[in-house]
Amino acid sequence: MDILSLFVVLPVLVIIALVFTKGLKQARQIAMVGSIIQLGMAINLLFAYLKEQSINDSIFVFTRDIVWFEEFNIHYNIGVDGISVALILLTSIILLAGVFISWKTYDLPKEFFVSLLVLAIGVYGFFISIDLFTMFLFYEIAVIPMYLLIGIWGSGPKEYAAMKLTLMLMGASALLLVGILGIYLNSNADGGQLTFSILEIAQVNIPFEAQKIFFPLTFIGFAVLGALFPFHTWSPDGHASAPTAVSMLHAGVLMKLGGYGVFRVAMFLLPEGAMEWSWFFIILSATGVIYGAFAAIRQTDLKYINAYSSVSHLGLVLFALLMLNKTAWNGAILQSLSHGFMTALFFALIGMIYTRTHTRDITKLGGLLKVIPFISVIYVIAGLASLGLPGFSGFVAEMNIFVGAFQNEDMFRRVVTIISVSAIVITAVYILRVVGIMLMGPVKNESYLSLPQTTWYETTGVLLLLLPIVGIGVAPLWLSDMILKSLQPFLQGVL
Amino acid sequence: MELSSFFLMRHEIVLLAIALILIIAEIFIPKQKKSSAVHLAIFLFGIHTALGFFPLEESSLFGGMFRTNSLIHFFKNVLNIGVFIILLQSADWIQEKIVQLNRSTEFFILLFFSLLGMYFMISAGDFLMFYIGLELSTIPVAALAAFELVKRSSSEAGIKLILSAALASGVSLFGISLLYATSGSIYFHDIIEVISPNNLTILGLVLFFGGLSFKISLVPFHFWTADVYEGAPISIASYLSVISKGAAVFILMILLFTVLRPLMEIWENMIYAVALVTMFVGNLFALRQQNMKRFLAFSSIAQAGFILLGLITGTQLGTASVVYFVLIYIFSNLAAFGVVQAISLKTGKENIDDYNGLYRTNPKLSLIMLLALFSLAGIPPVAGFFGKFFLYTAAASEGYYLLVFLAVVNVTISLYYYLMVVRAMFIRTSENPIPFFNNKLYMRLGLGITVIGILVMGLYSPLYDYIFELSAVFNK
Repeated sequence: MDILSLFVVLPVLVIIALVFTKGLKQARQIAMVGSIIQLGMAINLLFAYLKEQSINDSIFVFTRDIVWFEEFNIHYNIGVDGISVALILLTSIILLAGVFISWKTYDLPKEFFVSLLVLAIGVYGFFISIDLFTMFLFYEIAVIPMYLLIGIWGSGPKEYAAMKLTLMLMGASALLLVGILGIYLNSNADGGQLTFSILEIAQVNIPFEAQKIFFPLTFIGFAVLGALFPFHTWSPDGHASAPTAVSMLHAGVLMKLGGYGVFRVAMFLLPEGAMEWSWFFIILSATGVIYGAFAAIRQTDLKYINAYSSVSHLGLVLFALLMLNKTAWNGAILQSLSHGFMTALFFALIGMIYTRTHTRDITKLGGLLKVIPFISVIYVIAGLASLGLPGFSGFVAEMNIFVGAFQNEDMFRRVVTIISVSAIVITAVYILRVVGIMLMGPVKNESYLSLPQTTWYETTGVLLLLLPIVGIGVAPLWLSDMILKSLQPFLQGVL
Repeated sequence: MELSSFFLMRHEIVLLAIALILIIAEIFIPKQKKSSAVHLAIFLFGIHTALGFFPLEESSLFGGMFRTNSLIHFFKNVLNIGVFIILLQSADWIQEKIVQLNRSTEFFILLFFSLLGMYFMISAGDFLMFYIGLELSTIPVAALAAFELVKRSSSEAGIKLILSAALASGVSLFGISLLYATSGSIYFHDIIEVISPNNLTILGLVLFFGGLSFKISLVPFHFWTADVYEGAPISIASYLSVISKGAAVFILMILLFTVLRPLMEIWENMIYAVALVTMFVGNLFALRQQNMKRFLAFSSIAQAGFILLGLITGTQLGTASVVYFVLIYIFSNLAAFGVVQAISLKTGKENIDDYNGLYRTNPKLSLIMLLALFSLAGIPPVAGFFGKFFLYTAAASEGYYLLVFLAVVNVTISLYYYLMVVRAMFIRTSENPIPFFNNKLYMRLGLGITVIGILVMGLYSPLYDYIFELSAVFNK
C-alpha cells in the first residue's frame, strides 16, 4: 500500500470498525483514534514530501498509476505536489478538531462519524487524484454525505437547507461533467490517445475553440463549490443548518475543493480558455468578495455572518486564481489554507457558544468576555486573523493576493483590485461589530452568568485549529516556498 | 440439420423443460405440501441460471430465423439473473398469498413462458420470430399482472396492459409489414442489403419503433406504466421494469445498429427527441408521487431515457455501455423493488410517508434502499455512477454534448425525488413507524445478491472490459 492510497483506505477501515461499535463512547473513541492516525499520516506525508522534493524534480511525487477501465483509458492515477500536501494536512487537522467538537453527538453517533469519514474519503481522494475521472468520482463522494449530515443532525430548516445544498452542488457537477468530457474528448488533439490523465492532457494543445466552450463549464462546475457569486446561495443556508463539525468541515475543507479544482483542472488544462474568460469571472468573484462582506454586516445570526464572510474570503481565492500570476496564486493557496483553519475555528467557537446559550442571535448575547473568557478571547483572535492582522495567516494570504493582482498591467484588473481591497475594511466592520455586541458590554441575560467553562475536548479542538493560524502567520516562508515550487509547472503551462 | 445443433437453443430448451416439469410435478405434489413447488421452481431455475454460463458457439438455426452469439448469450444470462432475483424476492409472497389459492404453479409457468418469449425475441433472426417472441413475452405478463384476483386494481392492471400491448404490437406489426413491403424480405440479413431511406421505410421504422417503445415505456408510449405497476403484484411490476424493459432495449439496439443502420440519420434524431422527452417527463412526474410503486414506475421511465443516450451513438462503446447499464439497472431497481416488496408484504404499507423513520426501526432495509436509490441516481461509488458515466461518455464522444448536459440536469432533478425517500427513511420520524421485522431466507438472499451487485459491479472494471469485447459482434 502506498503512502497516498492509505488516505482513502484508512477511513474505510475506520468506517468498518465503527459499524461494530455500540453507543456514543465507543464510536467517538474509534473516530478519534482514526482521525489522530490520519493526522499522523498527513504530517508524515509532509515530511516525506519535503524530503522527496529535494531529490525528485517531477511535478507530482509518490505517483501511482493503475489502469482501471481500459476502453476509456481511465486510470487510478494518484500523486501529490506541495499544494495537495498542504490541503491534506488541513483536512486531517480539521477532521480531528471536528471529532473533538462533536464529542457529545447523542443522536445516532455511529452514523454521524461514518458520514463524516465518507466525506473525508471524498476530500482526500480528490486531493490525491491526478486523473479527471477519479477526481470527479471523489468530488461526488464528498458532496453526498452532506445531505445526511445536515438533514439528520442539523437544526432549523434542515431539510430545506440540505436539499438546496445537495441539488445546487449536484447541478454544478452537471456542468463539470460536460466540461470534463469535453476535455477528455479533445485530449487527442495532438494525435495521441484519449486520456483522463491531467499530466498527459497538460502536454496537449487543446484547440482554442474547445477551450472557449469548456472552460466556463469546468470553471463554474468547480467554483459553485467555492461559493462563486451568484451560485453561493447554498452555502449560508447549509452552514446555518449544519451541526458544528459539519460546518467546520464544509467551510474549512469542502469549499476548498472548488478553488483547488479550478486551479488544477480548469486553469491548468484550459489556459487559453482561462485568458479568454478571466474578465467575466473576475467581475463575478469580485462581486462575491464585496457582496459577501456587505451581507455579513447585516446578519444577526452568528453562523450566517460567518457563512457570508466565507463567501467573501473564498471569492478572493477565485479572484486571485484568475489574476494568473505567481504571487496571486501563492496568495490564493495560502488564503485557502488560512480560511480553512479560520472558518473552522469560528464555527467551532460558534458551536460552543450555542451549546451554552442556545442562541446564535448576536442581539441576544452580550458580555460573554466576562462569563466565558476562553472562548471569547479565542473568538477575538480568530476575528483579528480574519480581518487580516499581521502576525496571522490571513495577512500573509491577502497581502500576496492584492500585491499579485496589482502587478497586472492592465487597467481593468487594477481597478477591480482596488475595489476588492475595500473588502478588507468591510471585513473589519463586521468582525468588530460582532466582537463589540457579543463579547463586550454588560451581560444581557442573568442565566448566562453560570455558563460552564470549556471542557478538555473543546479546548483541544480549538487549539488544534489556532496553532496553524498563528504558525502560518509568523513563519509563512517554508509553506510558501513549498507552494511556489509546486506552482512553477503551472505557470509555465499558463503564461 | 443435426440434432446437436439444437443445443444452440440450450436456454430455451432447458427453460421449457423446467416449465413442463413444474406442470407434471403439480400432479404429484400432495395438497398439504403445495409450497414445496415454490422451492422446486426456484431450485430448478437456479440450476438453469448456472447452466447458462457454460459457453455456447456462435451460429444460427432454421435458415437464419434463430441466431445466437456471445453477446446475445451473455444477455440471456443477465435476464436469467434478474428473474432469479425476482423469484427469490417474491418467494415469500407466493407462499403466503398464492399457494393457498392453489395457483403457484401457474405463476411460475406464466413467468417462464414470458421469459422464453424474450429469449426468442432477442435471438430472432427475422421479423417473424421477433414478433412471435414479442407476443409470447407480453401476453403471459398481462395474466400475471391480474394475478391478485382479490384486488380490483390488479385486474385493472391486467386489462390495461393487455389492451395497450395489443395496440402496440399491432402498430409494430404494421411497421414491420411496411419494412417488408419495401425490402421484400423479413430476414434481417436480407433487409440490410436493400434498405434505404424512403418515405415508406421511414414510416415503417417509426411505427416499429413506436411499438417497441411501448415495452420500454418511452414517452409518449408510457401511459400504461404507472397504473400497471401500481395495480400489479410487486414482483410483476419489478419484472416489467427490468426484465421486460431490458430485453426490449436490447433487441431495439441490435436492430437499430444492424438492420436499420442505413437509416441512422433518421433514427438518431428520433431518439434524440424521445430521449429528452422521456427523461423530462419521467423525472418531472416522479416528483409528485406518493406511492412507492408509482414512484418507481416514473423513475424507471426516466431511466429508459438515459439508456437511449447509449442507443443514439451506434458505436461499440454505445452497445457496451447500454448492456452494462441495463445490467446495473437490473440490480439497482430490483434492490429497490425488493425492499418495497418486503415492507408491503409485512405491513401492507406502500406510501413514501409510511417510510418515515424506517432507519431507526429497520436499518438494514433502509441502507439497501439507500444504496439502490443512490445507484439509480448515479452517485459514486455505487455501480449506477459508472453505468451513467459511460453512457454519457459514449454519447459525448459522438458529439452529443447538449444531450449529455440535459441528461445530467435530469439527474439533478431525479436526485430530488430519490432524496425524498432517503429523507423519509433517515431524517423524518414517525409516531407509528414500520415495526422491526426479520425477512425470511429467500428474501434475504434476493436482497443480498442485489447489494453485492450494486457495490461490486461498478468498481470491478473487468466486467466492463468483458462486455466491451462481446459488443464487437454487432459493430463490425
